[in-house]
Amino acid sequence: MAEIALKIFRGDASGGAEKEYRVEATPGMVVLDAVLRVQATQASDLAVRWNCKAAHCGSCSAEVNGKPRLMCKTRTDEFQGKEIHVGPMRAFKLIKDLVTDVSFNYKTARMIPAFTPPAGEKAPFTMYEKDVERLYEYHKCIECFLCQNVCHVIRDHKAPFFGPRQLVRIASLEMHPKDTLDRAQFLKDTALIGYCNITKCCTEVCPEHIHITDNAIIPLKERVVDEFYDPVQWIWRKIMGRNSNGG
Amino acid sequence: MSVEKYEVHEHDVIIIGAGGAGLRAAIEASALGCSVGLICKSLLGKAHTVMAEGGVAAALANVDPQDGWQVHFGDTMRGGQFINNYRMAELHAKESPARVYELEEWGALFDRTPDGKIMQRPFGAHTYRRLCHVGDRTGLEMIRTLQDKTVASGVEVYMETTLTRLLKDGNRIAGAFGYVRETGRFVLFKAKAVVLATGGWGKVFKVSSNSWECTGDGVMMAYDAGAELIDMEMVQFHPTGMVWPPGVRGILVTEGVRGEGGILKNNKGERFMERYDPKKLDLSSRDVVARAIYTEVQEGRGSEHGGAYLDITHRGPEYIKKKLPSMHEQFLKLADVDITKQPMEVAPTIHYAMGGVRVEPETSASTVSGLFAAGEVAGGLHGANRLGGNSLSDLLVFGRRAGEGAAKYVKSLNNPLKIDEAQIESEKKLLLRPFNESGTENPYQIHEELQNAMQEGAGLARTTESLEKALKKILELQQRAQQTRVPGSRLYNPGWHTARDIVFMLTVSEAIVRCAIERKESRGAHWRKDFLSKDETWGKQNLVTYKDTSGAMKIKMMPTPQMPAELAQLFQQEPVVTAKK
Repeated sequence: MAEIALKIFRGDASGGAEKEYRVEATPGMVVLDAVLRVQATQASDLAVRWNCKAAHCGSCSAEVNGKPRLMCKTRTDEFQGKEIHVGPMRAFKLIKDLVTDVSFNYKTARMIPAFTPPAGEKAPFTMYEKDVERLYEYHKCIECFLCQNVCHVIRDHKAPFFGPRQLVRIASLEMHPKDTLDRAQFLKDTALIGYCNITKCCTEVCPEHIHITDNAIIPLKERVVDEFYDPVQWIWRKIMGRNSNGG
Repeated sequence: MSVEKYEVHEHDVIIIGAGGAGLRAAIEASALGCSVGLICKSLLGKAHTVMAEGGVAAALANVDPQDGWQVHFGDTMRGGQFINNYRMAELHAKESPARVYELEEWGALFDRTPDGKIMQRPFGAHTYRRLCHVGDRTGLEMIRTLQDKTVASGVEVYMETTLTRLLKDGNRIAGAFGYVRETGRFVLFKAKAVVLATGGWGKVFKVSSNSWECTGDGVMMAYDAGAELIDMEMVQFHPTGMVWPPGVRGILVTEGVRGEGGILKNNKGERFMERYDPKKLDLSSRDVVARAIYTEVQEGRGSEHGGAYLDITHRGPEYIKKKLPSMHEQFLKLADVDITKQPMEVAPTIHYAMGGVRVEPETSASTVSGLFAAGEVAGGLHGANRLGGNSLSDLLVFGRRAGEGAAKYVKSLNNPLKIDEAQIESEKKLLLRPFNESGTENPYQIHEELQNAMQEGAGLARTTESLEKALKKILELQQRAQQTRVPGSRLYNPGWHTARDIVFMLTVSEAIVRCAIERKESRGAHWRKDFLSKDETWGKQNLVTYKDTSGAMKIKMMPTPQMPAELAQLFQQEPVVTAKK
């Protein structure tokens, strides 16, 4: 039976290096299978996050040959003849081996003003497919944080930019027909949406194929621009008061 | 005595597990004014609920106006072969619609009907179209909605923290003890009430749709604390798991495929369900379909890799990609199969534990004061077989009831609770055992041997002989599990974590097998090849598992609660049920 050679990063906050492991190849094997095989037979202390093994939960994010991927969805036969290098996501602080500290994403999520339907309005809501169609795409997000990992603003700057994942979430709230809040100020001053310069790296790595930049970030940027930088709107608000723009 | 310090947190209520039931319980207890701590082994939002695909069952009657709670109740009882707790099934059927609408108020978005209501799809053994869904990612929608609501409610969340021992002050719950996965440091939660929402134990089997988390730690913590368990022999095989390639064996293929018109065929191209259930066909209950596939394979009519073919190609690519996008992607990426053009290969996979902690229907209280359980870890609602979609509604209905039950219990307490250091010390000792130099066993090896033994001996088809063989192996492995040895430090060390997990898994397996040996009939998911028919006496009994004072596992019979006349009359057309003894 053929073997697969994997070079897996081993180490913690104090440092580390790649270590080579060999496991038996099986048909259709994914990188996560191989890593778990290594864990079961050769390195029981190998730290790795995973849950569903079917690309529904977004736990097993890592960098495979330098590319941010879900390990459960990355076939080993894709790399025939090439070495397979598996390492942790690099935008986040390393905890151990393939596990990183992603708590930043949960802290920012906590800050986002929650879904707020009209006071006193009770479900069932009447909502037509055409009104909610574009929301389904945002709701597909599995919070793998690969988009956050690849975002150069998060990687290169210390600015507390919320990143693509949270902008997708804000878009899903802002465009929900039953939501009553306006998060433009929050987007501008807290989520720091202005830092995104639409290089689309996030869209490229999204395993759920969400058009993060085009369908979430750009429409939100337009809202912020309309509200804060459009001179006509600005004069209109001066005359009519803050809550007069449709949003 | 070790001198190591541990982190201490204190809440009125702690909830262990952050799947649908845990989140819903947290929201409720918090709304009722309790300080709530929510503890989960993974990151928030990754619990097994996220894997649920097909939908949540609630008789909204949006597409079939004849539907109502009585019909849903009837379907659930019939599906569970009447050993369900009727009161749980009644509450579940009555309250599911309100729980689903509540999700909509919290921002959840279901597929819509043309007139702007929540869309509902047909599912196995549900009389009407009843499953509210979002394509094939309903669980994701639910967990994200509940997660956001929980966070907005101010609940304290402790991620990647594993609890392994419930602490008691006399007969009452006083908290729980365990470790933080990242650092390996010990942690104590003082709490007046504990809600277990830890899910199932599918990982004791080899072919399973469950994630690493489903080890039965919650149900076993309850057992160790003196709680009674019910129906432990009832483990559900989902008829359709992936078969090929080997790495994906067991991964779930949603019943939604059949709900959307998918047809099961054998290697002769026959629609074999015509022979097993000519009325409900491919949408028969899960136990029936799983046995049908098993039988086809056994009799030489299986698919290339030992399953059945599931064909949905006739619905056309556009419809398939809209209604079953995850399935389309999953097969394309992992199995090189385009389900819009080719049939899938499927075979039964362990999916769900019907049994679990025995609870009061109204409050989800266990038999231990201050301990509550909801969702898969609790038993009673589903009886001998769960209907698809009834799990997501279960965790909403009983998650809320458990949160409320715990909050009311906390308010009724007036004297302070004491933490017993001796209980903590004994758990610490057990946790640290695998670092002893003398151990030789690899915990992963023991886990693998257990999975093989359970799959062979206590799987879909059971006999006295196969079960006795499995039991012998389990008892042997229980000895070996005391001799594990793990390398590395306590910092994020999965081998070390597994060493404790297998202790839970071995005891939960023992309970499954002992109960399966006792129940000498075939009912629902429990298929005894040496007792092929249903037995009327057994049809009125549940099996209860508990730990006696010497620490030994005991099994006793308990009569199934009998329905009051107004519910029983719903089944009057059915002689099987009304036959009195």
